[in-house]
Amino acid sequence: MDLVIQLAYLVASIFFIYGLKMLGSPKTARKGNLYSAIGMLMAIVFTLLDKNIITYEWIIIGLVVGSSIGVIFALKVKMTGMPQMVGLLNGFGGGASLLVALSEYYKLSNYAEGANIALQIPTNTGVSIVVSILIGSVTFTGSMIAFGKLQGLVTGKVVRYPLQHPFNALLLLLIIAAGAYIVINPASVDLLLLAVIVSLILGVLLVLPIGGADMPVAISLLNSYSGLAASATGFVLENNLLIIAGALVGASGIILTLIMCRGMNRSLMNVVMGGWASAGAAGPAVEGKEHKGDVKSVDAEELAMILDSASSVIIVPGYGMAVAQAQHAVRDLMNTLEKKGVNVRFAIHPVAGRMPGHMNVLLAEAQVPYDKLLAMEDINDDFPNTDVVIVIGANDVVNPAARSDPGSPIYGMPILNVDYAKTVVVNKRSLNVGYAGIGNDLFFNPNTLMYFGDAKEAITKLNNELKEL
Amino acid sequence: MDGPSFLMLVYIFVLAVFVGFELITKVPPTLHTPLMSGSNAISGITIVGALLSAGLEQFTISTILGLVAVIFAMINVVGGYLVTDRMLKMFKKK
Repeated sequence: MDLVIQLAYLVASIFFIYGLKMLGSPKTARKGNLYSAIGMLMAIVFTLLDKNIITYEWIIIGLVVGSSIGVIFALKVKMTGMPQMVGLLNGFGGGASLLVALSEYYKLSNYAEGANIALQIPTNTGVSIVVSILIGSVTFTGSMIAFGKLQGLVTGKVVRYPLQHPFNALLLLLIIAAGAYIVINPASVDLLLLAVIVSLILGVLLVLPIGGADMPVAISLLNSYSGLAASATGFVLENNLLIIAGALVGASGIILTLIMCRGMNRSLMNVVMGGWASAGAAGPAVEGKEHKGDVKSVDAEELAMILDSASSVIIVPGYGMAVAQAQHAVRDLMNTLEKKGVNVRFAIHPVAGRMPGHMNVLLAEAQVPYDKLLAMEDINDDFPNTDVVIVIGANDVVNPAARSDPGSPIYGMPILNVDYAKTVVVNKRSLNVGYAGIGNDLFFNPNTLMYFGDAKEAITKLNNELKEL
Repeated sequence: MDGPSFLMLVYIFVLAVFVGFELITKVPPTLHTPLMSGSNAISGITIVGALLSAGLEQFTISTILGLVAVIFAMINVVGGYLVTDRMLKMFKKK
């Protein structure tokens, strides 16, 4: 039977790998996800045949309760709430790894007690248990804080407190020291629980300082941790399937993290340590800085006429579109423009929104075909040949200072070159600064028109005006 | 666990990381969110360990931890796959 189970695990691993491979194209992605789910189902069913599983009542309760909660979460969540949902689910994965590692420790300890011998845990297993507990705990509480920030339950701003980094480093050292002691003297259960508690606190403290717009990095990194936690648990249980699946997820999270960091031209360290110096500061974009010209504002009617005579339009969505839930209004605008023969495309910055690919999911929900969404490097050269660019709720990712002002905190960050287009329309609620807390000269450019208002209302109004022409 | 068999586990881990890198670098940005939630569901593989803990013969603290772990892992697995499917269903070409 053991051999059958091991072979089933091998097949499950293949399903995971093949499923991830199929996620590489939108055409096969849905099937890929199904394959991956089949792999998981196989893993669960064959594990239930394991000879070490004697009683099933708790398992059945756990499976039913967990699945029900999972189904409710998955069906209730709105597409705009996807970043926090991913954060939340991630946390549960990390939490499960933590609990399994702890449970394994107690299992060994119970066995020793029953046999009346001193508790002995091999060094490999001991180290794996400690690592699993550390990563699992940090993933659990870190993800919950990320969820809280994205849901608005915890402040989305950059949080700073004195001696933040030395204190975190101290906590980490404490966990490592406790862990080392436990590996040598496995019977010290109090110390193990202390390590758990300190790790849980560390998870909170690591994510708390990270500001809202840096969430794509934090979420990707936590995603990677949840995989590594599963792998560490695999080392505890000497289970290849856990190690393989966890490593795949760990690699995936790391890649996304690096892509997000590159999108902001910042090192991982810089993001993890708490963001831009001025990040999170709110205020008018013009304060304390003389600007080069006046802001030209435009109303819906005027804008509709400009769009009516355009032949190519690029829409640049940002987090503001998600907040205003304007994706359906934007889709309607696209349809109206296309009916008039205008070529409409979307330019997506890698860090637009609160998680990797956030804008793409929202626009897919609004039934915008995915081949109309272009990544930054694929569309950046097209801006000079574009009649009108409409920026909806994006700010820092279109700030020309990133290209031209070496003194700017975002200097060097790759941006969408919207200012090269013939006309740029910026839809925003006010002239306030973006996440980086810096002004945006784009608003004062001679070819920029500001179209003030809530994204959903403003775009709907614009669409109505356009239809009448 | 003796040295060589632990080393085998390390081998498997390292090779799987490379496979992961190869696979994921090919995923286009438009699918990054489903990729994240889909891979998230895979990390619920800890369910295997959770089941082994929750199904012990004697009811001990291990069983309780195992039970909670089963619940957590299943939320992760079921929620993750379903939500990914919901998203991927929406991705359509013109």
